[in-house]
Amino acid sequence: MSKLIFEESVKGRKAVSFPKPSQAESAYATIQLPKALAATHPVELPEVSELDVIRHYTRLSCKNFSIDTHFYPLGSCTMKYNPRICEKTAALDGFAGLHPLLPQLRRGEALTQGALELVWDTQRLLCELTGMSGFTLQPMAGAHGELTGLLLIAAYHKDKGNTRTKVLIPDSAHGTNPASAAIAGYEVISVPTDAHGDMDLEAFKALLTPDIAAVMMTCPSTLGLFERNILAIAELAHANDTLLYYDGANMNAMMGYARPGDLGFDVVHLNVHKTLSTPHGGGGPGAGPVGVKESLLPFLPTSIVEKDALGKYWLRYDRPKSIGYIAPFYGNFAVLIRAYTYLLHLGGNGLKEATEYAVLNANYIRAKLKPYYAEAYSRICMHECVFTAELQMKKGVRALDIAKALIDEGFHPPTIYFPMIVHEAMMFEPTETESKETLDRFIEAMIRIAKEAEANPDSFAEKPLTTEISRVDETKAAKAMVLKA
Amino acid sequence: MSFTPHTLEDRDEMLATLGVSSLKELFADIPKSAHLAKLDMPDGISEQEVYDRLHALSHKNAHELTCFIGGGFYDHSIPSAVDTLSSRGEFFTAYTPYQPEVAQGTLQAIFEFQSMICRLTGMDVANASMYDGGTALVEAALMAIRSTNRPRIIVAGGLNPIYRRMLDTYTRNLHIDMEELPVDEGAVDRVKLASLLTDQTAAVIIQNPNFFGTVEDFSDIAAMAHAHGALMIASVYPIAMGLIKSPAEMGCDIVVGEGQSLGLPLSFGGPYLGFFAVQKAHVRKMPGRIVGETTDRHGNRCYVLTLQAREQHIRREKAASNICSNEALCALRATIYLSLLGKQGLTDLAKTCMTKAEYAKAQFAQIKGVRIKNSAPTFNEFMLELPCNASDLVAELIPLGLIAGFPLGRYYPELQNCLLVAITEKRTQVEIDAFVSAVKGLLK
Amino acid sequence: MMHYTKEHEWVKIEGTGATIGISHHAQEALGDITFVELPPVGKVLKAGDALGVVESVKAASDIYAPISGTVSEVNTQLDGSPELINQSPEDKGWLCKLTKITASDADPLMDAAAYKAFLG
Repeated sequence: MSKLIFEESVKGRKAVSFPKPSQAESAYATIQLPKALAATHPVELPEVSELDVIRHYTRLSCKNFSIDTHFYPLGSCTMKYNPRICEKTAALDGFAGLHPLLPQLRRGEALTQGALELVWDTQRLLCELTGMSGFTLQPMAGAHGELTGLLLIAAYHKDKGNTRTKVLIPDSAHGTNPASAAIAGYEVISVPTDAHGDMDLEAFKALLTPDIAAVMMTCPSTLGLFERNILAIAELAHANDTLLYYDGANMNAMMGYARPGDLGFDVVHLNVHKTLSTPHGGGGPGAGPVGVKESLLPFLPTSIVEKDALGKYWLRYDRPKSIGYIAPFYGNFAVLIRAYTYLLHLGGNGLKEATEYAVLNANYIRAKLKPYYAEAYSRICMHECVFTAELQMKKGVRALDIAKALIDEGFHPPTIYFPMIVHEAMMFEPTETESKETLDRFIEAMIRIAKEAEANPDSFAEKPLTTEISRVDETKAAKAMVLKA
Repeated sequence: MSFTPHTLEDRDEMLATLGVSSLKELFADIPKSAHLAKLDMPDGISEQEVYDRLHALSHKNAHELTCFIGGGFYDHSIPSAVDTLSSRGEFFTAYTPYQPEVAQGTLQAIFEFQSMICRLTGMDVANASMYDGGTALVEAALMAIRSTNRPRIIVAGGLNPIYRRMLDTYTRNLHIDMEELPVDEGAVDRVKLASLLTDQTAAVIIQNPNFFGTVEDFSDIAAMAHAHGALMIASVYPIAMGLIKSPAEMGCDIVVGEGQSLGLPLSFGGPYLGFFAVQKAHVRKMPGRIVGETTDRHGNRCYVLTLQAREQHIRREKAASNICSNEALCALRATIYLSLLGKQGLTDLAKTCMTKAEYAKAQFAQIKGVRIKNSAPTFNEFMLELPCNASDLVAELIPLGLIAGFPLGRYYPELQNCLLVAITEKRTQVEIDAFVSAVKGLLK
Repeated sequence: MMHYTKEHEWVKIEGTGATIGISHHAQEALGDITFVELPPVGKVLKAGDALGVVESVKAASDIYAPISGTVSEVNTQLDGSPELINQSPEDKGWLCKLTKITASDADPLMDAAAYKAFLG
């Protein structure tokens, strides 16, 4: 059991030293804040040595499963290998040491031409990848991209004098979609999924009233299935001046094969921490750039990087129809450096190959597990496959139990209980960077678990058995609310 | 290069398992008319070639200049151990700790982060992080609107002008009224505030130190807000907490801020770190992930994501916020940074920044025609009033290798002659003296 | 007599007052209840108005007033012991009481037998 860093504290112990004032500067140390403003006591931070800190956090790190240590088929999260070249380029001094206010100085753009060129070129590559006319790289996560996209859609309708108060969202969508729509000021209407895993087209037609601002779709859907009605949906939506929003969570299934723009989507966000392999960081930082078709370009957030006739890059702030500032600066720049590095490294051919093998790997798992687990929808999947634990439930073994059993087999669990429309859902996304050997070992483990569920269902309650802690008491956590030390 | 490990034999064997003859067949559900012939992008290049391209780009940036710009984003020194530890793949290639048995490392680190933010601000509860200080402030405003069920927000004129603009963007479609207090480098105008406060006010937002560097005790403002049933929101600079009375002691209900100073490089604007803390009464309205302590089946202490019923994956359109991914790795860096800094270290660092800034103020004050505009105490940033246009001055000094500060005319037309100067522990006396004499030379 | 809604609330009408809670089925579906948000006493509710929220670790459920009335009392015991809803959903785990009710609002609601059939 690990101590908290505070519990390792010893009065008077110190770690690193910081620069101190010079002798001349020290003469001004007597100037202090008046008592009413001054701290009443020191902040109770730990008193530890540098080695204490190194050992503490090294030990903590070893308690994690990660892509570097384990196969991590967490559906909808695209846990692919994070290339180390991207870490190296993001840390270059010429990027890491750059103050974001520099280009706002007069002629300050000259001081940051490299950074602005990187932003501009990334915008250009993302336009090509998605078939859009323009991009903002400012959104700092997928959900932030969704909100930005919805603010753009609201600005578009307002500009046209349209009164639109509602957004249509399939019942299989990520929770962020309805939450973003609500924060943008829209009422959310859920669209059902049909028996084959596509959007229910008849229901959609009935719901597509003149007050619908947008349809937010994930394509392929969160069921891992390509939306086969997409062209019809786009046509119906556009005839109603309803915009089509593309949640890019599953773009890893389409690179080089199809572009959201060509399918009829008007606004797109990408999750670069999924598709473009920037690290997930234990929950972030990510980046959620947003692309739009030409009709929405005037509304993109302040500022946009442009290239002038002389090949110089500059920031355009004077954009009267812009929705304004959605972030303080130019987005999660160091994340974007990684994405740009990845885009150049893989190139058009490599991105397409990544998609092909992501889809191959998912279908391989699907085919091999089909005899042992019930598929949510039986058809060729894209980059992820969704099963239900219904067969195992007959013996009382739930998706959660299967997830915990996988931990004992040395694998990170899949996403479970999502999508919500699939009972006891288990969603596997292997990604393209896993080898056939790894997939085979994983499949064997899943088959062992299925057989164990049949033969010895009671054994699951205690799993996992191989981790430092067993299943945790979540009810106690929520009731006791011990949220700090 | 696509980092796919498959040999051709693997591929063929896997395709045979699926009963298809080519990879292309797997994409049959995509309508033929929408099939892309080819991405108009160059083919991939080697790691070395990519590095050379990025290295060349990085060299087109003037990062080696001595920087006196702050404006909410500061050039503090970062101990080496922060990079070492946050570069561990077990941390940065993990994802959101949904499976607590295999994520205790991340969960405990977040719990420690929440604890440190609570200790810095004096507040009861902190979340696992927001995207940045600006979006954290926006979320605080939205939370106040939800909690009080009132439509008005009063914003102090000393709020970072970028955050002020962000508030406008996010609230435009939500029937929320933003009410302004006058822009002033000094104290918040209490008389004006009193005239704006009503039973329709959801919150009062202030920043400490304010954008112009001035430090203020806003305890009385919090009392005024509370008397009208409104919440008090403060955006604070975490390093300054080493010297300034905590926002909790001043009566805050919600405290947010930009955590970039806590071990994150400037990196041209991100990734940064929003922190968000509240008094316990407000915890269920708080956005973002929260880690709580609990026990496992054997009674071992452990950590888990908790109070998730507030969040989008459960509450969907009724969630407290749409946030999902946050800035976990940045929060880890901040936690490591604060551990290395330690109790005495934070006080010392804050004192160093303030002392150096006072030294610089004294030197500038001796230049004829230059005045320190702040009429109240400052921390590490202050406002110089110049006898010339501040943008001109900054441009003139760039060839001498220094970025003199941020010309306030960019956001405040009435402050064309004012320059915002920030001093951190990284700025040496030699650098400060060179800056002062350059200004002196220029104004001769 | 107990009436049930399709949203799994129950209402027990006694004279001009009524007691409201969530059904056994609802507490079972939610799992361990960790928190209950109740309306302020004195609040006037119309049938169908949201009156509170019941939260468990993995879910949150809005509670709607089955009939119109004015909140006269809330179950303060739930504050420290939300598990009462799991232990005794249709008795000790009641949520709130109403006065000045519109009893006829209950007419379209299900009785115990009909609710049982509804659950299938």
